[in-house]
Amino acid sequence: MSDRKVLTFVLMDAPFESARTSTALRLIQTALDRGHAVNVFAYEGAVALAFAQQKAHANAVHGCNAQEENHPLPSTWIAELIATAAAAGTRLDWVNCGLCVDERGVNEAVAGVRRGSPVDLWTMAQASDNVLVIATR
Amino acid sequence: MAAGRSVLIASEDPFEHDASRLHALAIQLRRAGHEVTLFLVQNAVLAARATCARSGLPALREAAVEILADDFSLRERGIAALELHSAVNAAPLYVVIQLLAAGRKALWT
Repeated sequence: MSDRKVLTFVLMDAPFESARTSTALRLIQTALDRGHAVNVFAYEGAVALAFAQQKAHANAVHGCNAQEENHPLPSTWIAELIATAAAAGTRLDWVNCGLCVDERGVNEAVAGVRRGSPVDLWTMAQASDNVLVIATR
Repeated sequence: MAAGRSVLIASEDPFEHDASRLHALAIQLRRAGHEVTLFLVQNAVLAARATCARSGLPALREAAVEILADDFSLRERGIAALELHSAVNAAPLYVVIQLLAAGRKALWT
């Protein structure tokens, strides 16, 4: 039996709001680092995680410009995860729920993220060794 | 039927969100013969201090639930290994991936 598995993560949280997002991205990174194939189905606010127009900003309280503040953007992290997967010889298939994307007007996602539907979630779950749902409370 | 294997992932501050139902589930699964790991992450690790009066951890230990706490979350909150309740072991997040890859049924709260 192969040690490399297919794991699916289902994400619901919008960006810049919850520590669940950081933990979810850490889990995905760890899985990819170990060579597992990863599927992500993002729905509701989580479809904005990969929105390509996110912008880093300055922080007047810290006295830092945008570069010095180095504020992490989830879209950058996701792009790097997709690159990590390719370098590790595995894959990260990130699907945004199209209905949720249209509601929020965030169709412009970083490269490698695709648009889908709940059917993709069903297909991913069927083809996975395990599924973890990280839902908004 | 073979006993099940589960990983319950707790992410919420136990002082803001009641963890008793999750703990009860873990204990019931153990009584049904399941292997159960409770993995604390984010603010759920605030229950891991030995000095925490309402952690619920002794009952979990008595039921032989394995209790792990994300080492990154512990460091973020300044909780040192020496401060941990004796029922808790620090662990990297990779353990969750290992358990998922091994087919554990997973529940995130």
